Amino acid sequence: MALWMRKSLKTFNNFKCIMGSFAMINQTSSWSSSFIQNLRNPYSHFGNLPTLFYSSGVESTTAQNQSDSSFNSGCSQQVMDFPGGKVRFSPEMKFISESPEERVHCYQVLDENGKPITGSNYIQVSEEVALKMYSNMATLQIMDTIFYEAQRQGRISFYATTIGEEAINIASAAALTTDDLVFPQYREPGVLLWRGFTMQEFANQCFSNKADYGKGRQMPIHYGSNKHNYFTVASTIATQIPHAVGAAYSLKMDKIDACAVTYFGDGGTSEGDFHAAINFAAVREVPVIFICRNNGWAISTPTSDQFRSDGVVVRGQAYGVRSIRVDGNDGLALYSAVHAARNMAINEHRPILIEALTYRVGHHSTSDDSTKYRPVDEIEWWKLARDPVTRFRKWIENNGWWNGERETQLRNSVKEELLHAIQVAEKVEKPPVADIFTDVYDVPPSNLRVQEKLLRETIERHPQDYPSDVPK
Amino acid sequence: MWGVIRQKMSTGSSSLLNIGQPLQRIRPAASAFRNYSSAAKEMTVREALNSALDEEMSADPTVFLMGEEVGEYQGAYKISKGLLEKYGPERVLDTPITEAGFTGIGVGAAYHGLRPVVEFMTFNFSMQAIDHIINSAAKSNYMSAGQLSVPIVFRGPNGAAAGVGAQHSQCYASWYASCPGLKVLTPYSSEDARGLLKSAIRDPDPVVFLENELLYGESFPISAEVLDSSFCIPIGKAKIEKEGKDVTITAFSKMVGYALKAAEILSKEGISAEVINLRSIRPLDRATINASVRKTNRLVTVEEGFPQHGVGAEICTSVIEDSFGYLDAPVERIAGADVPMPYAANLERLAVPQVEDIVRAAKRACYRAEPGAATA
Repeated sequence: MALWMRKSLKTFNNFKCIMGSFAMINQTSSWSSSFIQNLRNPYSHFGNLPTLFYSSGVESTTAQNQSDSSFNSGCSQQVMDFPGGKVRFSPEMKFISESPEERVHCYQVLDENGKPITGSNYIQVSEEVALKMYSNMATLQIMDTIFYEAQRQGRISFYATTIGEEAINIASAAALTTDDLVFPQYREPGVLLWRGFTMQEFANQCFSNKADYGKGRQMPIHYGSNKHNYFTVASTIATQIPHAVGAAYSLKMDKIDACAVTYFGDGGTSEGDFHAAINFAAVREVPVIFICRNNGWAISTPTSDQFRSDGVVVRGQAYGVRSIRVDGNDGLALYSAVHAARNMAINEHRPILIEALTYRVGHHSTSDDSTKYRPVDEIEWWKLARDPVTRFRKWIENNGWWNGERETQLRNSVKEELLHAIQVAEKVEKPPVADIFTDVYDVPPSNLRVQEKLLRETIERHPQDYPSDVPK
Repeated sequence: MWGVIRQKMSTGSSSLLNIGQPLQRIRPAASAFRNYSSAAKEMTVREALNSALDEEMSADPTVFLMGEEVGEYQGAYKISKGLLEKYGPERVLDTPITEAGFTGIGVGAAYHGLRPVVEFMTFNFSMQAIDHIINSAAKSNYMSAGQLSVPIVFRGPNGAAAGVGAQHSQCYASWYASCPGLKVLTPYSSEDARGLLKSAIRDPDPVVFLENELLYGESFPISAEVLDSSFCIPIGKAKIEKEGKDVTITAFSKMVGYALKAAEILSKEGISAEVINLRSIRPLDRATINASVRKTNRLVTVEEGFPQHGVGAEICTSVIEDSFGYLDAPVERIAGADVPMPYAANLERLAVPQVEDIVRAAKRACYRAEPGAATA
């Protein structure tokens, strides 16, 4: 290091304020001792520089700097302009540690018994909103259980549950307005549920019948609804993140009082799209909220194989984005965090990153058996002891807003409605043949019109080969 | 990417000669040409693209331009010259270096009603964004059953330039044209550039607009109709650049110029070639191609890209499906060599089609090939 400094003095002799460096070279012993001293605090960075390197007290005459108005405080500041701004120098060679001394703290409002923690600050939720939140969470739970069963019975081909993440879904949705644009991954049907998507509409998509808003084009759980500002789910991971940033840019250009919100899992943060999008959002100062559902697993990949950072929240600062870590199983904490994030995003035109820590209680999907790669008792513990729905219920019960009778009523009526919706959806006709060819382009091109004609002629000629329950 | 620009500047190749010209030339078309006294107006492809972008951005406030170097630098190839100054940084965005990022962001903006024009410094770099082009743009309208339309244009130079090596020379016409949901356009002349870019920007579907770096500096005569701000060329229609009766030659982008030169040489030898400028790879104008082949009974397809699964393969199959009985000779296919593009000038010349290759292919189709030549 000393050699480099000596050489650099010749080549960069127009550097101001290098007096301290000379002091360092001439006093290598004091330099090395100060280096060792600083090892005690490996996570310090420029802002916390001790001024130990001046302790040698040697003044060099050869490093006399010319005074310059931009360095008005003289050599003792040791600051240099680089592209990107001023930076203070240090003769200590100090690496920022790969992990902080302490992990970023997690914001929590309700304890495991549903009691607000003393001294916690949070946004008050009215009885009406709280009951709507709880009823949606319970509905989501029941919906997941029954659709999962329907897949097991062979009635739908595929399903993915949201068990364990009900609070993230519902509480975040409750803190948004319906003008906010939602870009989901695929484990956020609760947001759509909150906005008024009915059991029947969910069932129609899962059964890909004629009433499906997706016209039977996609696998189950790939919901999408323009009228609810919920952008159609795609199977690709993390592609929705830059989409959200682009839409937020559009909102900002139109000066609309709304933000874009995008959800993704811990695994999704490894995709290039996550990094490009969050960087872009910071540079372009767009109103977008990034909500990461860190549920510990990406199919069978635990977070320890996904990244080595302190979770996802620390990445925010790396991109210049304000961020917070929240207990993802705490409905009130999530509500407050998303509420605050939304205000900041819209009023200050800035992106916000929220990492919600939680656990994926269910399997990744119906194609997965997670007991093959994680212990059953771990799953059971999270399911029973850390259930976010139970925790929220305890809070509303403690407030006198809920009781066992209403609980039973709710669960029974939801189950009934859902079973009915499934029965109906199963019987509705599948989409017509014409829907193979529409929406490829805005207007069907000639080659597709020809193909449709040929297909219909083939069906006419061979009706016995054509399924009878699919409408023409 | 920077290597490409620096190299171009130091060799002073023709494509950048116009940069030295005074700023006046790159103003919107209407004012630039009052300086010319001659009756035939001329315009470079660069000016055509610039004026089309300018006019569309002026007419529709939702149109905006996004890409690396499109703003302050005036565009890596100066296509967007003057636009940042005129429309401001909200509508001309200099992006960080992330094709995947800004393509995804463009698609998201399009989902919400803006009309982005996304520039790739070269379509070779679009591969880093191809997931968003195919999975997020091309398929979205279909997968969402019409709820998510994507009125986006992806544009930039495509195919070989001169001395830029393997990672800057690939042609992506057949890659993108194989995907339903996309439209793929390949302008040749300034008229094509203006009319097709305007149509692309106004189109509600995602459009891949494949330009050519070496054509940017080429000048073409244009009519007053082309200069009008409402001038659009319909997507999906090919143009017969030169009528003929003995053999049909299809080409797109730079190869149209080569095909026309070949047609001139052939006419001196008594072979009348009909040259079709495809203009649109998807949708492909099969009707025009087949009508021409039914007239001439012989076909030569020309493209710069790799031969396997190329545009010529699709055209050949289309003609066999629709007009097999009319063919008097096997279809001839001229394409680039099946190797990553070499850099050395002599090797590069051998790796791309030359006019002589087209002439020889047309003669083979007419059973007039010179005997004995190795690559006759």
